[in-house]
Amino acid sequence: MILPELGTYSLILALCLSILLAVVPLAGASRGNTLWMGFGRPLSKGMFLFTLVSFICLCWAFLDNDFSVVYVASNSNSALPWYYRLSAVWGGHEGSLLLWVLIMSGWTLAVAVKSRNLPTDIVARVLGVMGLVSIGFYLFILLTSSPFERYLPGYPVEGADLNPLLQDFGLIVHPPMLYMGYVGFAVSFAFAIAALLSGRLDAAWARWSRPWTSVAWAFLTLGIALGSWWAYYELGWGGWWFWDPVENASLLPWLAGTALMHSLAVTEKRGVFKSWTVLLAIFAFSLSLLGAFLVRSGVLTSVHAFAADPDRGLFILVMLVVVIGGSLLLYALRAGQMKSESSFSLLSRESMLLVNNVILVVACAMVLLGTIYPLIVDALGLGKLSVGPPYFNALFNPMALLLMLALGVGTVTRWRQTGFRHLLQRLWLPALLSLPLGVGSAWLYSGEFEPWVVLSLCLSWWVVLTGLGELYNRVRHRSEKLRGLLSQSRSYYGMQLAHLGVAVAVVGVAFVSYYTEQRDLRMLPGDTLTFRDYTFVFEGSRHVEGPNFTADQGRIQVLYKGQPYAQMSPEKRLYTARGMVMTEAAINPGFTRDLYVALGEPLENGAWAVRMQYKPYVRWIWLGALLMTAGGLLAASDPRYRKRRRTETATA
Amino acid sequence: MSKRKLVVFIPLLVFLLLVGFFGVGLYLDPRELPSELAKHQRPVPDFTLPSVTDPSRIVTQDDLKGEVSLLNVWATWCPTCKEEHDFLNILALEQGVRIFGINYKDDPVKAREWLRRYKDPYQLVILDESGKLGLDMGVYGAPETYVLDAEGRIRYRHVGAVDANVWHKLQQVMASVEQEQQSGEGL
Repeated sequence: MILPELGTYSLILALCLSILLAVVPLAGASRGNTLWMGFGRPLSKGMFLFTLVSFICLCWAFLDNDFSVVYVASNSNSALPWYYRLSAVWGGHEGSLLLWVLIMSGWTLAVAVKSRNLPTDIVARVLGVMGLVSIGFYLFILLTSSPFERYLPGYPVEGADLNPLLQDFGLIVHPPMLYMGYVGFAVSFAFAIAALLSGRLDAAWARWSRPWTSVAWAFLTLGIALGSWWAYYELGWGGWWFWDPVENASLLPWLAGTALMHSLAVTEKRGVFKSWTVLLAIFAFSLSLLGAFLVRSGVLTSVHAFAADPDRGLFILVMLVVVIGGSLLLYALRAGQMKSESSFSLLSRESMLLVNNVILVVACAMVLLGTIYPLIVDALGLGKLSVGPPYFNALFNPMALLLMLALGVGTVTRWRQTGFRHLLQRLWLPALLSLPLGVGSAWLYSGEFEPWVVLSLCLSWWVVLTGLGELYNRVRHRSEKLRGLLSQSRSYYGMQLAHLGVAVAVVGVAFVSYYTEQRDLRMLPGDTLTFRDYTFVFEGSRHVEGPNFTADQGRIQVLYKGQPYAQMSPEKRLYTARGMVMTEAAINPGFTRDLYVALGEPLENGAWAVRMQYKPYVRWIWLGALLMTAGGLLAASDPRYRKRRRTETATA
Repeated sequence: MSKRKLVVFIPLLVFLLLVGFFGVGLYLDPRELPSELAKHQRPVPDFTLPSVTDPSRIVTQDDLKGEVSLLNVWATWCPTCKEEHDFLNILALEQGVRIFGINYKDDPVKAREWLRRYKDPYQLVILDESGKLGLDMGVYGAPETYVLDAEGRIRYRHVGAVDANVWHKLQQVMASVEQEQQSGEGL
């Protein structure tokens, strides 16, 4: 088949279009040439189209088991089910990069299509910047990491199979969501650069950028949550966050992006923090790129890392220098002249959002430092250091709780100025209630007072109650309360939902961190173990055959208070193509607890080492993330972003 | 230039500094860490730390001497350590390899629980709760395994889990160290 060559060819065309996209509209915008600016939209569409063709070619190579393609041969196998063959497209370095550029061009297309009501020069600049960034990635693929390379003339008849860890639903959806987030920040970045270039850094810019930022942030949140969920059930360890460098690489842009969303709100509403907001937009995307560098260059060891290759690393490093260095230079040259459009007092929503920003940025810097510290120390020749979860937990957790405290206060403050009396009036009741509720719910659950758990619960209540109090205040003067509730904007409810998500996630983290119970023991068929009202009866193991693996499947009968409750079947799988043994945990999910059973090693006489875990409220972590995602999307869908643009064009 | 105009250059400068580190880091392989201590056959740094299994017992560098042995750095927060633990059990309990452990930046209660559950392959486990000893040794991250000679000097360092392949290499190193020391005694 000629398709892989077509894929390469199509990618080269996409590169050419991205170069044109980077040159023509930008040049047009700086010369005021409307015709040139107008090329932005068709070029974006063409770039997306050819990238899509290229992507489809690779998908086809996988579905068709074309093992003459090196990338297919090393990441797929004819025994692999078709859906994993498809997700194997982004199971390795080269293909995941192709997915990255597909999403990148997809976002560019979305901006081109959805920006009908923006000034022509801004659209031209935004698309031009997107094109500029895309050039780097197209070149990266074509020069160092083409997924279309062939084994010729002799090629293997069978592929090496997809890494069994990645043969899973979580992997089908996790990378696309994550990349949607990473690359989505490219749009915020492009808007920021466009604003810097045009010199028009105003509230309008913040309003254009906000929905894009919220959507990107929502996808990133979802992507991180999916990754955490995947690690939880697939690694067989029951952990949901490891402070692994690659996880940190996704958390960094998330933290910067969260700060950016809040800072954009201030810039839009009040016209202050402009230079800071632009900087955050640059940071959010830079950290996405930095993540790509850390993951793909092999500078750090990680369970997720792609194959290390200094040449690829060098390429990304050069790209980082051009993109980030260039934008920071532009920032340095332009930001000095920015002026705030209004002032605010110490006690105001602006100040509280500044507090939010400071905490988030400090947390981000701290995670960044912890992640690259071993590298820095090593590069300086000072020896080797290790940074593990103890460091991150000790610094990150107090900061997260501090942020929640500020969140509650921030919710009830007003723009510009808030009287101390007003603050006190709004806050005394939530404060008074959240203490006993937090302490009470901690005690109700465990019958003891674990300081961190109590603190986390109190602050979760605090966030929920201040949010509810604020909602109540908005409608209490209305005669019709329900209509008052309905008349609140979508972005307001989006904010409330996301904040609720924070509280829910923190409850999950607190409970699962302190009250996970785990038993490991050797079990013979017939052996039982009881804890937490659950009795686990090991009924032995049997041999099962999968499409591309063979497995020992344990059968465990679970009784709840002596009554039959569930059947759990953890597996120990041997993936034949790679000879890899994988632990497939059995999970009985629940709203307030998960039962988690994993098989360890087979022992003599049909006995197995079995690990049973009781994980309270672990689902809440991801439920919280889902709420945040929904909040972000809801806020972005607020009709005012579209409406105001229409009135602007009407008056223009 | 006003102060503000200088301040806005700070992000750029910080970034360029980082780029410098990344550039150097690119050509250092994090998996192959040549240990300074191993290169010069330095002894394990001096320490006085309690044992994990028996906190009243104080362990020093002298306890590691006597025979060629392995020194394994581990922690309960490290999933990879769990992966290699079964293999260490086989080495120690079935093949009689002498393995010492350093429990690195960990909670001693969890560590004892771990050893009770997963069996204890170690001659003794040093409790390095603050990570001071690990720091002195240049531990990059758990797990790491060192080959010590009979005088307690570090002869080889492996970063990452020990599996059959790694053990093959470690075995070679241990054999050559043993041979060298025996011939040294013979002279």
